[in-house]
This record gives sequence, C-alpha cells and structure tokens, in this order.
Amino acid sequence: MKPFRVLLWRLRGLFSNGRRRDSQEEIESHLQFHIDDNLRAGMALDEARRQAVLRLGSTQGTVEACRDRNTLPLLENAWQDTRFAIRQFRNNPAFAATAIFVLALGLCGSIAIFAFVDAALLKPLPYRAPSELVSIYESIPTCRECNLSYPDYLDWKRMNVSFSSMAAYAGRLLTLTSGPAAKPVRGARVSPGFFRTLGVAPAIGRDFPDRGDPAAAPPAVLISYRKWMEEFSGSSRALGRAVILGGNSYTLIGVLPPGFRFAPVGAAEYWIPLDYNGSCEKRRGCHNLYAVGRLKPGVSFAAAGANMKRIAAGLEQQFPDSNKGQASQLVPLTETVAGRIKPILIALLSGAALLLLIATVNVASLLMVRSESRLREIAIRSALGAGRTRIASQLATESFLLVAAASLAGLLGAASCIRFLLSLVPADMLAYMPFLEDVGLTSRVLAFAAILSCGAAAVFAVSPALHIGESGGAPGLSESSRGYSGTLWRRIGGRLVVMELTTTVVLLVGAGLLSKSLHKLLNVELNFAPDRIVSLLAVAPGKVYETPEKQVALAKRIVALLSTIPDVQAVGHSSDLPVSTNGDTTWIRIAGRPYNGVHNEVLERQVSPAYFSALSVRLIRGRFFSERDDTSQPKVAIINRAFADHYFRGEDAIGKQIGDPALKPENMHQIVGIVDNLREGPLDQDIRPALYRPFYQLPDVGMGLVVQTTQAESAVLPQVVSALNKIDGRIITLEGASMQSKIGGSSSAYLRRLSASLASAFAGAALLLSAVGLYGVISYSVRQRTREVGVRMALGARKGNVYALVLREAAWLVALGIALGLGASLLATRFLRDLLFGVQFWDPLVLASVALVLAAIALAAAFLPARRAASVNPVNALRAE
Amino acid sequence: MPEKKDVWQGTLSLMILKTLESMGPLHGYGIARRIEQTSGDLLAVNYGTLYPALVKLESEGVIASEWGVSDNNRKAKFYRLTRAGHKQVARETRSWEETSAILGRFLDAGKAAS
Repeated sequence: MKPFRVLLWRLRGLFSNGRRRDSQEEIESHLQFHIDDNLRAGMALDEARRQAVLRLGSTQGTVEACRDRNTLPLLENAWQDTRFAIRQFRNNPAFAATAIFVLALGLCGSIAIFAFVDAALLKPLPYRAPSELVSIYESIPTCRECNLSYPDYLDWKRMNVSFSSMAAYAGRLLTLTSGPAAKPVRGARVSPGFFRTLGVAPAIGRDFPDRGDPAAAPPAVLISYRKWMEEFSGSSRALGRAVILGGNSYTLIGVLPPGFRFAPVGAAEYWIPLDYNGSCEKRRGCHNLYAVGRLKPGVSFAAAGANMKRIAAGLEQQFPDSNKGQASQLVPLTETVAGRIKPILIALLSGAALLLLIATVNVASLLMVRSESRLREIAIRSALGAGRTRIASQLATESFLLVAAASLAGLLGAASCIRFLLSLVPADMLAYMPFLEDVGLTSRVLAFAAILSCGAAAVFAVSPALHIGESGGAPGLSESSRGYSGTLWRRIGGRLVVMELTTTVVLLVGAGLLSKSLHKLLNVELNFAPDRIVSLLAVAPGKVYETPEKQVALAKRIVALLSTIPDVQAVGHSSDLPVSTNGDTTWIRIAGRPYNGVHNEVLERQVSPAYFSALSVRLIRGRFFSERDDTSQPKVAIINRAFADHYFRGEDAIGKQIGDPALKPENMHQIVGIVDNLREGPLDQDIRPALYRPFYQLPDVGMGLVVQTTQAESAVLPQVVSALNKIDGRIITLEGASMQSKIGGSSSAYLRRLSASLASAFAGAALLLSAVGLYGVISYSVRQRTREVGVRMALGARKGNVYALVLREAAWLVALGIALGLGASLLATRFLRDLLFGVQFWDPLVLASVALVLAAIALAAAFLPARRAASVNPVNALRAE
Repeated sequence: MPEKKDVWQGTLSLMILKTLESMGPLHGYGIARRIEQTSGDLLAVNYGTLYPALVKLESEGVIASEWGVSDNNRKAKFYRLTRAGHKQVARETRSWEETSAILGRFLDAGKAAS
C-alpha cells in the first residue's frame, strides 16, 4: 500500500512545478525562525544570520534533497535530457538528419528483407502440424526429386510403415467450358486423401470420399474459395452444380477454405480426382504424379527415409523393366515450398545485415566526432558536480532519440520497400510462392526491428561514453585542448573506416559475382536464333480432335494459315517450347547392342518438319523431317548432338535403329538426322540428349508454336492468336510472347536478375557510405593537422608534398581495408556457391575490379580534403589561437 | 557538556511523529527545536536532513502539510499527523518498547553476571 502511495505522490510531483518553490520558501522561513531565535538569544544581526546559515548547511542542497523525494528523479532527468537533446539537434540539424537517414537506410534494408525471410522461411505452412509433412519423390541420377508413377504411388502407400497418410497430386492446366466458350484454368488432380493428409477440410460442402474404389466414384470437383465467390457469388446453391473440365462433367461437392494454397501446384482453383483411366496412370513406367505424406507420430524423418528406400529397392527387384535404378527421396514439405528462394533470401539478408553494420559504424563515428566537440562542455558539467552516470545517461538519451527516429523512419521505409519488392515478382512466379502474399510487418518482423534498434542504441550509447571516459574531463578544460583528443579520434576513426571499407568490399564482391553469374546465364548457348520469334502454346479440345488424323489435319491447317500472315517467314511447332523444361522424357534402347536393363533417359519431342529451320537450328548430319514423314512411312527420328556424343561416340548415328527398352517392333525408329544442341531445358541446367520424332507420326492436341517473323513480335502475336481463333474458337492459347522475353523472364533468369540488382543496390549504398565515412575521417584529420601543414609549408613544402601527406594517410586506410576485405570475401562468398553460375567464388576478375573501383572512389573521396590542406595559407595556420 | 550525538536517520521519523502527536501541528523549525528539547539537548538535529524526512513522511501519507501563519506572523508550512500517522506512531512505539525490553533483559543479565 505504502509504496504505491509514494509512487502516486512522486508522479504528482513530476507534473507540478509548485513543489520546488514550496521547498525554497519553506527553507527560507526556517532560516528566518532560526535568525529570530538567535536574535532573541542576544546575537547581533550578522552573527545571528551566519549561525543560522551554518547550522542549516547548504540551502540548495536541502532543496535538492527534498526535490529528489518529491518527484521521480529518473523520469525527470530523462525528460530533461530529452529536451536538451532535441535542442541540440535543432541547433545542428545537418548532423541529426544525416545520422537518422544513414541509420534508417540500414534498418530499412534489413527489416524489408527479413520480412521476406519471415514470410518464406519462418512462417509455418497453413496446414495441420506442418513439420510432419514430407514430400516423397522418386530419385534417379539425372533427377533427384522426380515425379512418380501411379502404380508406384499405390505400392508405396500400401507398403510403408512410416506415414499415417499419403496422397498424390499433380498440377494441371484444365479447360473449363461454360457454354460455347472454353478457357484455360489452373487446376490440380489429387488422390482422395489429399486434403485430409494436409489436415485441411472444405469450408463448405464435403471432401472427396475416402472409402471405396476411387476410380468408381462419380467425378467430383472442389473449387477454391476465391473461384466460388467469383463464379457463384458465394451462393450455397453452387453445390451440386456441374462443372465441365476437359470435356468431362464434374459435380461441385465442396469449397476449400479461404486462403488455402498448395505451393507446388501454384494458383490451382479446380481440384479434381486423378485420371484413373489415363494411359500414363496405367503404366508403372510413366511418371506424372508427386506425393506428399504425413509422418506417423514418433517416426523420425530418417527412419521414414530408410523405409521408403527399402520399398523402392523392393520394387526395383519386382519390376526391373520399369523401376530399375529408381530410388526414393524424402524432403520436408517446408523445403519443397520455399527451397528455391531460400539461398537467395539468406544471401540478401546477409547483404542487408552488412549494410546495416556499415551504417551503424558510420553513425557511431559521427557521434564520436560530435562528442569530441563537446568535451569542453562535458568537462564543465563534471566540474559542476555531474556524476559520470548522469553525463553518460545524457549522451545515451541523444543516441536513443536518434535510434528511435531512425527506427520509425526505417519501419516506414521498410513497409514501402516490401511493397516495391513484391511488385517486382511476376504474377506467375508469385503463384508458386503463395507464402509471399501476406509479407509485411508481422509481429516477428517488428520484434526483429526492435532487436536491431536496441542493438544500435547500445552501440551508440556506449561508444562516445567510452571515449569520454578514457580522456576524462580534465584535458577538455585547458585552452587549446586539441592535441590529445585529436590523435585519439584519428586512431579510432581510422579503424572504423577500415571496418567500413572491409565490409564494403565483401558486398561489392558478392554483387559482382551475382552480376557476373547473371551475365553468364543470359549468354548461355541456346544453339538457336531467338530473335524475331513469337512463341505460343496452343491446346485443342481433346474430345473434338480425338483421332490422330484429325490432329494432323488441324496442325497442317494451323501452319498453313499462320504462314499467310504478312511478314511471317516460317512456322513450326514442337511438343514443348525451347528453354522450358528438361522433362517429358522417354527410355530408349539401341538395337544391336548388349543391354543390361539400365534406363537410358532422354528428352523426347514431337516436332513439325519446319520446326528446326524456323528456329535456325543447325543441321549437323543427315536431314530434317519432311512433309512426307507421316504414318504411311517408316518411323524416323532425329537426335541432338548430345545424344550422338553420348550413345554413338565414334560412330555414325545415321541409319541406326533405336526403340523402347523392350525393342517392340512398332516403336523402332531410324535415325535420319543429327541437329545441334537446341536448349530445351532452363538456362541453368545442362543440355541433355534429346530424341525428336515427327509430329505427323505421333500427333497430339497440344503444340508449342514458334513463328519466325521479320516484324516486331508484339505486332505479330495478336494476329497469330486471332488466326487460331478463326480456325477453331475452342482452341486455347497460352503464354504468347516473344522468345527473347520468354527466355529473359524465365524464373532462373528472373530470380538471378533480382538478386543481382538487390545485391548491387546494397553494395552501391555501402560504397557511398564508406566513401563518406572516409571523407569524414580524412577531413577531420586535415583540420587537426592544419597547424602542422602550415609549419611544413613555411619550412618549404610544396603543394605536391601536402597532397602526398594527406593521400598517404588515406591510401594506407584504403589499402588495409581492401586487403582485409578481399580476405573476408574469400571466406564469405563461398556460401554464395549455390547461387553462382559459371563463376567461381574466387573469380579474379571480380576481385580485381572491386579493388580498383573501391580504390578509385576512396581516393577521390580523400582528394577534396587533400586539396583543402594544400590550399592552406601558412600564415593563417601558424597564427596562434 | 557531553557531545551532542547525531540523530539516527531511522529514529528521526518516529521522533517527528511523536512530536507532532504530543504538540499538535508544528512547522519544520518548531519540530526540530522540540526534538532537541525533548532529548535534553543531547541530540543535534541535522536540519538539512529534516526536511527531506518530512517530505518522505508526507509522501507516505502519515503527515499532511498546509501553509499557515506562525505566532509572530511569519508564513510557515505546518505539519500535522493524519489518522494513518496516529496508527503508525502507536505501532512503532509498541515495537520499540518491546525491543528495548528484550535488550534490557540482556543488559541486566550481563550486569548481574559481571
């Protein structure tokens, strides 16, 4: 009770000014009483007063002691310090503005990147107990995390003892037909227990039925919440309606919860069962599904991995034709979801942290310089009786205010930075990173920001106090108190600048390596001519173009019509566009060779006769396909150079026969041509052996069109689309773009470009801050040495000597910084290895250029103070202060 | 004349309260003088610490203050005991008496033994 009462008393005293006056008056009246008594006792007036004052002691001291009990001294002092600090900042706004800006810059970068790290890596997945969820892949040497076949999935599910549930899924592009119109929609095919495995239940309606034969159940579809609001306006009468996907009718049985996403299938809105009648699903050797499982409680990840390995080995024994060489691979689902951008985010976070370090060092040196100029004031304060704590807390208050202002600015800046960075991610990439949708200042991010601010505040509070503590108050009071403090700052200031330069070198090297990787990636060999090519995916309705004849006829009509478009020089098509995927593979076996059953996996593509010439792909030997290579003729094939090098080294491949692993006669092809290594897969993957077959012999409803034009691609693309519409309005067209933009916008190029740009932005900011820091140190040192320079000039030194004097000092700092920096970057950039392409982390060109650039800029920064020193008038300098 | 002992800080509060209890409202100077008188001039009150002690007691709510006019027409701040103050005096008096009784026994025992 009492302490509370006392606290209230003190709080009231904090806000009322009257109490101090009260104490003053009370003490005065006390003195008067005492004097009266003394007078009554017979003393003279002077003596009476003197005795009274002696007996009381210090009036001021008593009033102060009363004041200490009357308020909360801690708060009152803090408030006083704050007002004083604000006054100081108003007197010297440039200093405050610079310090706040620099620190805010560093904080903004770190907070913004951390927000992305938080959204991608720290936020738990929106499923039940996400740490129990595991992605289950099949694994072969050329594809570590690969898709499975349906029969394999069934066996894995049946035979495992590690998973409480397992499900299969595959993202699919579906055709939604409403009335006469057909449009492509993103969807996914899933096994019945998929949502249950994730621990997600539909918000409305029900899930796929668990029991019974899934293939016999009536086809049902679940839609995303957003689609439900869009197409059915959120009406519950939507349940039971028919949805026509891919020509088949599905009944809408449920709506998924709002915000449900499953990253591996992107922005899928329609969820339908697996295609149990599909030709691929019936074959154990055809892999088109992915699997996810939930670990049983108590089963470790390693145990599950061993279990699946055994099952895969068993299947290998049981089905050598299809499963030879296939192992299993387990990856936690969290890694599947964010694994792609994890290394980039970590690298960027490190870069931002380094930039923050530089900013902190910069501001710390600013504060130190400032405390230098206040030594006299502080000496007076301590002479007047201020204790060390009181002085230190006053300096600390200044630092806290700066950090508080910078943190606020940094948070606001980070919020805009986050929005800006998010806008840089293209929409189709964002669909596969759904965790980025609510990136922002979450509580974790705010906590991180608070930790950074406290750290910075601690550094700033400590550094000037240390500095002052070292030199003490006495030197500050003497008249020309310069020499001692000057050297002290030069030592510490120099060290700080070297630290800044070192960190800048590391950032520059990182940015340089990433930029060079990007350059190498974009200049990777394509082996075709990407200019003036329009690329487009076209999918015709399978129900209408059912037979191979109809498909071939359609393809011929398309090519014929597109060729009539003005400025079109050539039209070709393939089952997959170039620079898209190293998927769509097949196993081959070469006739006339011993075979040990190992799977020879090669890319397979079905191409039109004019495809290679439309892309200007070089023919190495033999011939291209012609219009005559159709079903009436023997089966032919073209291979790429990688195929020839791998399987026909030292022989002529032309004329050889290849087929499937069983060498079934209907699948035997004769090789008629060898083409150059057209890059089928992404820019950062290897060229694989590829097998091309004529579209006319193996047609399909889908094709990737390439149209060579003489005009700008943007002008021709709409004409291509309308031509396709004219042929059949039900044909779906997708991803129409110029080949160059398709390549440049591919995710590997895009992510690299983004990281290189951000890293360069950090490095640029770091360079600026270091240059400014160096300028500050050299400037200050020049000011300190004005007298010395004056003496030297009076003794005969010329301008050149003075320049040399100053620049030598700068050069020493810069050389030290660069040397340490290069060493540090060799240690640090080895962690960038995952992100580098075609570049070693010790690339000498990058290291040398960084050293040169930094040296040039640093010496330029030192040049201005040097010039100032050289233009010193010796007479002025020598004049006594 | 025996040396005037300095008033111990802890007992100063009790002396102030006791003075106010027996003398009624008094100003600071009056309290100090009265304490010295009661001790038979054996104690010297440090006037510098008296006023902070008064502030402490007021902040705890055992005394209350108001400005008034003294006998010889001087403006002064008068202190009086509050109800809580009366209770505190009674409590502390009891506690001191018990303490000194127990101590007394030891001292008597020592005297008897020696």
